[in-house]
Amino acid sequence: MLRIAVSKGRIFRECIPLLARAGVVPRDDPDTSRKLILDTNQADVKLVIIRAADVPTYVQYGAAELGVTGKDVLMEHGGEGLYEPLDLGIARCRLMVAGPRRAARLHRRLRIATKYVQSTRRYYAALGQQVEIVKLYGSMELAPLVGLADRIVDLVDTGNTLRANGLVPLEHIADISSRLVVNKAAMKMKHAAVSALVDALGRAVEEQAQEPA
Amino acid sequence: MIPTDRWLLPEGVEEALPPHSERLERARRRLLDLFHTWGYELVIPPFIEYLESLLVGTSRDLDVQTFKLVDQLNGRQLGVRADMTPQVARIDAHVLNRPGPTRLCYLGTVLRARGDGIGGSRSPLQVGAELYGHAGVDSDLEVIRLMLETLRFMGVEDLHLDLGHVGIYRALARRASLGEDDEYALFDVLQRKSVPELEAMLSLLDCGREISAALEALVSLHGGAEIFVWARKALAAGGSAVAACLDHLEALAERLARHEPAVTLHFDLGELRGYRYHTGVVFAAYAPGVGREIARGGRYDDIGAAFGRARPATGFSTDLRVLCELAPEPETSGGGAIYVGPEDVDAAEERIQALRARGERVVCGLSGQEGGAQALGCDRVLVRVDGNWIVKEV
Repeated sequence: MLRIAVSKGRIFRECIPLLARAGVVPRDDPDTSRKLILDTNQADVKLVIIRAADVPTYVQYGAAELGVTGKDVLMEHGGEGLYEPLDLGIARCRLMVAGPRRAARLHRRLRIATKYVQSTRRYYAALGQQVEIVKLYGSMELAPLVGLADRIVDLVDTGNTLRANGLVPLEHIADISSRLVVNKAAMKMKHAAVSALVDALGRAVEEQAQEPA
Repeated sequence: MIPTDRWLLPEGVEEALPPHSERLERARRRLLDLFHTWGYELVIPPFIEYLESLLVGTSRDLDVQTFKLVDQLNGRQLGVRADMTPQVARIDAHVLNRPGPTRLCYLGTVLRARGDGIGGSRSPLQVGAELYGHAGVDSDLEVIRLMLETLRFMGVEDLHLDLGHVGIYRALARRASLGEDDEYALFDVLQRKSVPELEAMLSLLDCGREISAALEALVSLHGGAEIFVWARKALAAGGSAVAACLDHLEALAERLARHEPAVTLHFDLGELRGYRYHTGVVFAAYAPGVGREIARGGRYDDIGAAFGRARPATGFSTDLRVLCELAPEPETSGGGAIYVGPEDVDAAEERIQALRARGERVVCGLSGQEGGAQALGCDRVLVRVDGNWIVKEV
């Protein structure tokens, strides 16, 4: 039995064609079904639908043998106990610092609002800059508008939400895409099944990359 | 803290309650007896000692994991052990200082500042065995077999053994003349088997095409014994140092397959568990249904140097609490306890002593107590029939 942990939404949508090329087709659609464990055309492969930020935890403890999650989530989680053998190249975006176009000169530490506390701390530490971090769970763009923070660190895709709120991308922290993660114990104990699926997905990524979008 | 929270224990700190505590204690005694029959002598290191001796030759991870306090007698920093292995190495190198092979075992609570595992236990009951004074396949084999025997003894079935050799990566990194930072960054990527990051990093590092290819191959060199054929080709650039590691691992694997046919062997040449202090073969045991290793160990030949005597060393350790949770409770032989009513306690004194001497569990009633035999968990009672004391089912 192999369980693949995937989050709903964009990652799931972009993941389905890759899984299909690798021979795994879910029998249900998570947007219409309320099931959290989806059967697939393969009797011993299931999809487990969970929140993106929970994927590393499920896979780390072996509650799912494999998982698909963003590099942003892995950077926050630390990825301990996980293998990350594949960049699936889907759900691409960038982790960026953003803020007002014209910022006042500050005579104090920068205050950064973000959901990505670890990545933000590491980024500014590497720059040699001490900052204050305000942990938020969503709507980061609001924070600079109401004086809660000077800048934000968030994922940027098209940049439309930033623009709509009068913010601009300022610094690039990392390119983000979805990764395949594998539980270490599963890689060792179910080696044949797991490596077959990893290899099949690897080929699927290459095939998809060669096709015109 | 609100007053009703007074019963709460610190996060990740556990206590053991009956019947689990009795089982844990039985397992503890029987395991030490097992080690005894293999020639391993028990050492009982202190719970707390000077930080510098606890952390010598170990990784930074252990420093982070160690609870610290100050010795008020002299202002030096003390640590509560987070791992007993360095303590046992100190005992072997400096205190015992014997010439030939030394076999030591240990068992005790360690404290970890940051929990690991599901539920994040911070107080594992660490048990392990170390073999000092021999470098070679013989001692690797003995320690691995003792680990497997320990797990089977505790009732864990269907074991998988993962084997690696940190000497391979070490030799390749030396050939590539990597700086310390690069070596560590590459180690981190290999630990995660992140192929895309590995490719990106190798293209930035200038370490020659052949060594790059070998380092890149490490990430995929895992599987059954068939990987050795491929490894010899893919890692040829590593020269004689890498070939020697492969010879060693293959010889060990061949003997393990012969002695432990029921154990599934898996090889992972990119596995660098404990890379900072391990020097040779590293291994871990896995069991179905558990998402992480249940016992681990490896060779760490240099650790004694800091105590004035570098000796070859290999060993394993595991957490007795985890093993007790994993394995089904073995059938206990014999019945429950025997109850003696409070009015009979004095008169039956001799008989009670005789029963206890036979290993029976006898519970004496207390005058005016609440509840009787069954409330106290007794399934038999001691009663007088025709002037004789007899044991009767409740």
